[in-house]
Amino acid sequence: MTVAVLSGKGGTGKTFVSVNLSAAAKDAVYLDCDVEEPNGRLFLKPEQVTSSPVAVLLPAFDGKKCTGCRKCVEFCRFNALVFVKNKPMVFPEVCHFCGGCMRVCPEHAVMETLRAVGAVEEGVSGGVRVVTGILNTGEVSAVPVIKTVLKKSVRDGGLTVVDCPPGSGCSVMESVSRADYCLLVAEPTAFGFHNFKMVHRLVRLLHKPCGVVINKASGEYSPLEQFCVDINTPILLRIPYSAELAKRTAAGEVAVRRDAAMAEIFRGLLNEIRKEAPR
Amino acid sequence: MKIAIPIDENKETVCVSFGRAPYFLIHDTETKTSKIKMNPAAEAEGGAGLKAAQFVVDVGADELITVRCGQNAADVFKAAGVKIYKTLSTYADENLKALFEGKLDELTSFHPGFHGKS
Repeated sequence: MTVAVLSGKGGTGKTFVSVNLSAAAKDAVYLDCDVEEPNGRLFLKPEQVTSSPVAVLLPAFDGKKCTGCRKCVEFCRFNALVFVKNKPMVFPEVCHFCGGCMRVCPEHAVMETLRAVGAVEEGVSGGVRVVTGILNTGEVSAVPVIKTVLKKSVRDGGLTVVDCPPGSGCSVMESVSRADYCLLVAEPTAFGFHNFKMVHRLVRLLHKPCGVVINKASGEYSPLEQFCVDINTPILLRIPYSAELAKRTAAGEVAVRRDAAMAEIFRGLLNEIRKEAPR
Repeated sequence: MKIAIPIDENKETVCVSFGRAPYFLIHDTETKTSKIKMNPAAEAEGGAGLKAAQFVVDVGADELITVRCGQNAADVFKAAGVKIYKTLSTYADENLKALFEGKLDELTSFHPGFHGKS
């Protein structure tokens, strides 16, 4: 079973919930798809870490063969190619590596080269296999790194937890693409509620079953609770705000590994998800 | 010599956006005439700055007067040898006059692009 943890707003506790859910399961794979700022590894502290690069294709042009017909420039809908001084000029960050320029070139003057955009690290933390996607600074698209990370999910009965990036854009859509169940972490504030509604719309659009965890829940925030009733989406867990828990988390501790009561709470959450998720 | 200026719908004022300006004013200093051309990049999904830069290079402009310009388009102009000047006032014709009088400074700082953000 693959569970994607997402929130819309940053800082609601996606990583907190993902890390603790993974650690509470007997064995699990934790995939950090928040590749612009992957921080699950700060808590899980994986050992025996290996790293492999993630690269995308990038066109290169053979100046001797290019006749300047501009077919490649006209084909590129992303406008990654500009024709200047009788030769195509490529803008790597704009290129979506579709390979179209190579196909339309009548002179076979376009070759594909590899361009590194990030890396994937793999290690072990207790019973949790920790996979971390890392996007190089300045890269526009996180999708190639996320796709590589998702290939590490387990298909056979085991638990895979996907720690998604914040927001509700392309990288979030990619991160939840393989999920059997989406766990929406919400903060009981107006801002948290607003972004919660956005991710909820996204997961509904993708026909993913979902449940809610309300984090930092000090007192009831009725618009959020009422909304969950209206959309018929279960609130699986409410984690009250605790200064002690915040302090421990800030120190890089995994709550369920230090606190038996917390471990019980997250095992309970996992059972709730198993009951809710389709088989 | 040809000078390009991104202009608004009213075809008189300089458009603050280079890539997504609806029109470009192209002034020819030899014939002392100006033409207004549609910007083919105005509605581009992405890479509008690059597509607009391609248009400016293709019309044979030697100089560009603009409010601002992204880094990618600036790289195109550097490669093509197009000089970029910063506007001094709102109207395109005033800026042309200022350029001829040597009052415009070259634009030397470029923004990293908006990429879908407003």
